[in-house]
Amino acid sequence: MLECCEKHAELYNELEKYIKSLEGKKGILINVLHKAQELFGWLPQEVQEYVAEKLNISPSTVHGVVTFYNFFSTKPKGKNQIKICLGTACYVKGADRVMERFLSELGVEEGEVTEDGNFSVHGVRCLGACSMAPVVLVGEKDFFGKVTPDMVPTIIKKYKEEGK
Amino acid sequence: MHLTTNTILICAGGACISSGEESVKEALERKIKEYNLQDAIEIVETGCMGACSLGPIMVIYPEGIYYQKLTPEAAEKIVEEHLLKGRVVEEYLYQGDKDKLIPQPQKEIPFFSRQVKIATRNLGVIDPLNIEEYIARDGYFALHKALKEMTPEEVIKVIKDSGLRGRGGAGFPTGLKWEFARKSPGDEKYMICNADEGDPGAFMDRSILEGDPHTIIEAMTIAAYAIGANKGFVYVRAEYPIAIERLSAALNQAREYGFLGENILGTDFSFDIEIRIGAGAFVCGEETALINSIEGERGQPRVKPPYPAQKGLWNKPSNINNVETLACVPPIIINGPEWFRQWGTEKSPGTKVFALAGKVKNTGLVEVPMGITLRELIYEIGGGSPTGKKIKAVQTGGPSGGVIPEEYFDTPVDYESLNNLGAIVGSGGMIVLDEDDCMVDVAKFFLEFSVDESCGKCTPCREGNKIMYEILDKITRGEGTEEDIELLEKLGNTIKDSSLCGLGQTAPNPVLSTLRYYKEEYLAHVRDKKCPAKKCRDLISYVIDPEKCVGCTACARVCPVNCINGEVRKVHEIDQSQCIKCGSCIEVCRFGAISKVSPAIE
Amino acid sequence: MPKIKSLEDLMKIKENTLKNVKMRELGKRGKIIVAMGTCGIAAGAKETLNAIVEALNESNIDDIAVVQSGCMGLCEVEPTVKVEIEGETPVVYGHVNPENAKKIVKKHILAGELVGELIVKQGKE
Repeated sequence: MLECCEKHAELYNELEKYIKSLEGKKGILINVLHKAQELFGWLPQEVQEYVAEKLNISPSTVHGVVTFYNFFSTKPKGKNQIKICLGTACYVKGADRVMERFLSELGVEEGEVTEDGNFSVHGVRCLGACSMAPVVLVGEKDFFGKVTPDMVPTIIKKYKEEGK
Repeated sequence: MHLTTNTILICAGGACISSGEESVKEALERKIKEYNLQDAIEIVETGCMGACSLGPIMVIYPEGIYYQKLTPEAAEKIVEEHLLKGRVVEEYLYQGDKDKLIPQPQKEIPFFSRQVKIATRNLGVIDPLNIEEYIARDGYFALHKALKEMTPEEVIKVIKDSGLRGRGGAGFPTGLKWEFARKSPGDEKYMICNADEGDPGAFMDRSILEGDPHTIIEAMTIAAYAIGANKGFVYVRAEYPIAIERLSAALNQAREYGFLGENILGTDFSFDIEIRIGAGAFVCGEETALINSIEGERGQPRVKPPYPAQKGLWNKPSNINNVETLACVPPIIINGPEWFRQWGTEKSPGTKVFALAGKVKNTGLVEVPMGITLRELIYEIGGGSPTGKKIKAVQTGGPSGGVIPEEYFDTPVDYESLNNLGAIVGSGGMIVLDEDDCMVDVAKFFLEFSVDESCGKCTPCREGNKIMYEILDKITRGEGTEEDIELLEKLGNTIKDSSLCGLGQTAPNPVLSTLRYYKEEYLAHVRDKKCPAKKCRDLISYVIDPEKCVGCTACARVCPVNCINGEVRKVHEIDQSQCIKCGSCIEVCRFGAISKVSPAIE
Repeated sequence: MPKIKSLEDLMKIKENTLKNVKMRELGKRGKIIVAMGTCGIAAGAKETLNAIVEALNESNIDDIAVVQSGCMGLCEVEPTVKVEIEGETPVVYGHVNPENAKKIVKKHILAGELVGELIVKQGKE
């Protein structure tokens, strides 16, 4: 669970500001959850409750929405999220083996965070870059195309070095 | 170093040679030498350019001027006029369709020549973040025409007459949809763009949003005018961050230029668009589920009727169109319905964008007239197999679609023909499969997807598909029975008939269509415990051919479980009891000594 | 920017853009367009873009604009780059990694020669 330190107070403030900026718009729960996840990295129960209170809806409704969508996470994620596209094109071009290699190199299960908090590996829905299959996305915008299992250590190394 | 100012490509295909290419070339060389231009002008003989009846033919670069029906005299004149003085010699100008010519050795790929670009007309041509480049390509002219010269009814009639059908999958006539929304009573209506492109293997909507966002804004505004909406939403997948970024920028530009907002183009029509970002639920591509998601709810489908045209977003009449469909709207408004109908078939007019992927050489996005055959699409445009392996089938329409075996590749691609084969056009994903792909495994892949994405609201989809998946899993492990195959068929048909929404109704398609064409593969799995494509892990073994193995130890070094034994320069052997069948060894062997066998060795 | 209200307003923008008026006003004789769709980026288009800008700077070329576009469809040969020089036929190059990007700047932009082995398409659109 989150400790209520200064950093979090700041994040809550920012979330509140965002909610205020949407005033007058209907059906904004998903927008708010996106923002919250962007700020906190995931959606712990307290954050969900906070959102429910601010939007004046029941926490169970918020939780229902959070658990319905794949994008929202109720577990912490690594600093670098490695997303492996499991779309059809990637699958027939060997994405399953790329996934296995990432998991064995990092020594984690899918969705689990490495001990140093640096990485987590996730299988994701088609990223729409099928012609570059298999595709791996690190973070939000670093796409790697035509990934072979042998490229995996190099990709991991790149982010390990950046983190230093 | 001298500078080549011109390059002449002269076609030395069989037809051009027989009509005198050689003497033309000699004349060119003679004349060029006469003017001492030999260092500045390069003559290259090329392979056939394809306009054999007009030969000899040549093209002069950098201008890219084509000349036809050349004679030695013509060649002399062209050197004097064109190369020396820079004047184009009109009388020999090529009259045919230049796009059809393929000058080698500047190796042009036939990939482009068969395409007709309507929805993707601006992709890669304009800077998506520059609204003026969009305008320069007739952007927002259609909006002007619609708003100032046409009534909403006239706009709807043009779209109806064009025969445009929904490109998102179902193929419902777009004009009719607009008419329903128009006629539905209410002052408050919504125009929604479905950019929740969830079918794995389809990425045309992403490409359009990223490469030409203004076309969606323009088309939505036209549609809104036609149905009488003042507020619009684009529902985009969260997986497409670049598309979201560019669309947001384009929306701001459109507002700045007065294409969105109050009193658009000085008329009394007002409209604005908001982006709503999805959160990773495939079912939200279904229109009623999408509506729930925009409202901030769980994206579960609603029972239809009432249709969104009657009771949609916040129970108001709403119209939902897919990205590619909308991208066709502005050119149709400008050029008229007949223009659009010159391509495609009677029932499926126009073009369709396909995403070619999988085991095909030219992967990418292609826009072709409806009615093109699968063979043309896969072999001529797609370039066939990249490895020389036999192409076995194509999977169309993602998890809602089916496979079409190679024997049927002469089928024209349109909504009805593909439905008859048990597949669908769908959103246009085409995954080419070759002999290494196991059909049971492919079906299982899609089923796993549908099970995972089922929203859980109705039982047939939630439970039925899960059971189907479990049976498939059993079969790929070699534990299936023939009764299981029968049960799959029965279950599949029941789920199709009884599910609430499109996801459930189409989820069994990949299984039913593979059963229809590849039953023997299923039978091989259950009867002989054999996977003919050697894909299913439990049914294969890796073996080393002692004749081919030179004992280089490469495989032994890469094996993660150290189950390959053997001394240097001696034949190696795989310990089957330890092997995890990861396939690493086969990749590193440079002697082709390792292969897969099925059934597995005990 | 005054809001657009008439066909004349639209025509004016269209003509100016087509005539490359802006380009000339800015003193540019041409542009290099890098296809930056998700697939292009996955194939390394960002690095290509950087390499082009670098190569242009190194050679002190300031009359070539570098812009981005969406995906042109032929993802197989990504990253793709289009070179448009005023008065010349546009050329699309494929497999443009940073090294090839530098080659294109050196040969096509500086020396006016096409880089034959990388061409995937010539001509408009």
